[in-house]
Amino acid sequence: MGVLMLWLGLLVLLPLSALILRPWQDGTAAMLATLHDSRMFAALGTSFSCAALAALANIPAGLILAWTLARVDLPGRRIMDALIDLPFAIPTAVTGITLATLYGPNGWIGSLLAKIGIQVAFTPAGIVIALMFVGLPFIVRSIEPVLRELPLDLEEAAMLLGARNWQIALRVILPPLLPATVTGFGLAFARGIGEYGSVIFIAGNKPFFSEIAPLLIVVRLQEFNYPGATSIALLLLIASLICLIAVSFLRRHVSRGLIVGDTP
Amino acid sequence: MSNGRTKGLPGLSLAVMSWMIVILILIIPPILIFAEALHSGFVAAIQNLLMPDALMAIRLTLFITVIAVSINAICGTLSAWALSKYRFPGRALLISLIELPISVSPVVSGLIWLLLFGAQGWWGDFLIRHNITIAFAWPGILLATLFVTFPYVARTLLPLMEQQGRDTEEAAALLGAGFWHILLHITLPEARWALVSGILLTTARAMGEFGAVSVISGHIPGMTETMPLHIETLYNSYQSVAAFSMAALLAMMAMGTVGVRALLEARSHSTSGVVSDLT
Repeated sequence: MGVLMLWLGLLVLLPLSALILRPWQDGTAAMLATLHDSRMFAALGTSFSCAALAALANIPAGLILAWTLARVDLPGRRIMDALIDLPFAIPTAVTGITLATLYGPNGWIGSLLAKIGIQVAFTPAGIVIALMFVGLPFIVRSIEPVLRELPLDLEEAAMLLGARNWQIALRVILPPLLPATVTGFGLAFARGIGEYGSVIFIAGNKPFFSEIAPLLIVVRLQEFNYPGATSIALLLLIASLICLIAVSFLRRHVSRGLIVGDTP
Repeated sequence: MSNGRTKGLPGLSLAVMSWMIVILILIIPPILIFAEALHSGFVAAIQNLLMPDALMAIRLTLFITVIAVSINAICGTLSAWALSKYRFPGRALLISLIELPISVSPVVSGLIWLLLFGAQGWWGDFLIRHNITIAFAWPGILLATLFVTFPYVARTLLPLMEQQGRDTEEAAALLGAGFWHILLHITLPEARWALVSGILLTTARAMGEFGAVSVISGHIPGMTETMPLHIETLYNSYQSVAAFSMAALLAMMAMGTVGVRALLEARSHSTSGVVSDLT
């Protein structure tokens, strides 16, 4: 018990309390002054919108992958299953330089996109690509177990009653998957707003354009502007905590009456 | 349609689409890492890894990983034991606090240590007066790594230890076994797969941590650069082959660790992937 308190206290509570208390140390007025910073709001806006967009774009891909993993019995399913976790296994800095090279003007994919006039690297689109790579497993792994539990009878009944494939997908399968999809979205979003290593290489980091909030913390620290850095950090922490509380709340409600609840 | 599992929606076309997504998003990037690393041949890649700064980075990463994993494995095991065998007020709060570091941005995880030990931090003056360096040196890197990898061992062990119950332990205690004897000979052998799995996950995270370490390390090549930080330095100075050689080595180390874990897990018939442990 003592070990638990000491370990938790020294390694987690102490540094986090510094984060929460430090901004108020120079007075509330000084704290509020750090919030009058248009560059900070631009960076937070970029982080939030890119994370939301990436998580949203991952939903169709995540649904298709989860479906294949849960329902289709093809050779190579185990390999695909292992590949889904790849973004977690690759360290973020490695992901960062790899995606920057791949989508850069001379990269394998970047040069193809350049031919049709699309530039991904060094724009917010690059940030979205990086966050999609990092967030995909969250979406797939949230939906997949629910899909496995979903009884096949429902689909068969719908088919016998003459429903077409798209009707089955839209009316029978998707509604019970909605809570799990929102959960996956929330997890990917929370991860996305804090993500640093995989994004900074491809983002180009132009202030007011493609600068993410975690990078601005680093910039403020290099300027020795501790209060500025701490305010952004505190806002990021609050945002991701709200996300995770919402997700765990949703999960608790989902685990009750998931299958009977949403299907008539 | 003879196969029961493909009934309902057309399985084949969805499987083809899935493989296209997997190839485009998940397979091309790792291929690129190795293609770039071997751009000037295998010998050049190895030579890059043998440069003094590169060797220092590899050594520092191994050193930090071993210490961080040991501390978090021991404390994580003891904490999981305390949390699973006793019921007390505030237990749920403690469990969520243990999981908290997962949801903190890497950069914030580094910043919090600067707020304590940096020159402008709470104890900065004290440390300077006594000539103790924590920020911009390896102790700071270790602290940041400890914070980031904090939850994994405890949270993989917790559900298993809860299932175990206390019967065998109580029997052992009645027969006169001491605390450490019970923990080492009765509780842990049953939970050994979960422990190994948690340790491997901690190892993979500790080796690859970038954001948190980047904030507190000071980026001194050959001194405070871990492998991920050295990759950044090389990449930013346009030494692409060297950067990708190091990236390939680090990726192999991390993917190997996660791969061993997946194999162990397949053996012990549990189906949870990495993600269900990470979220």
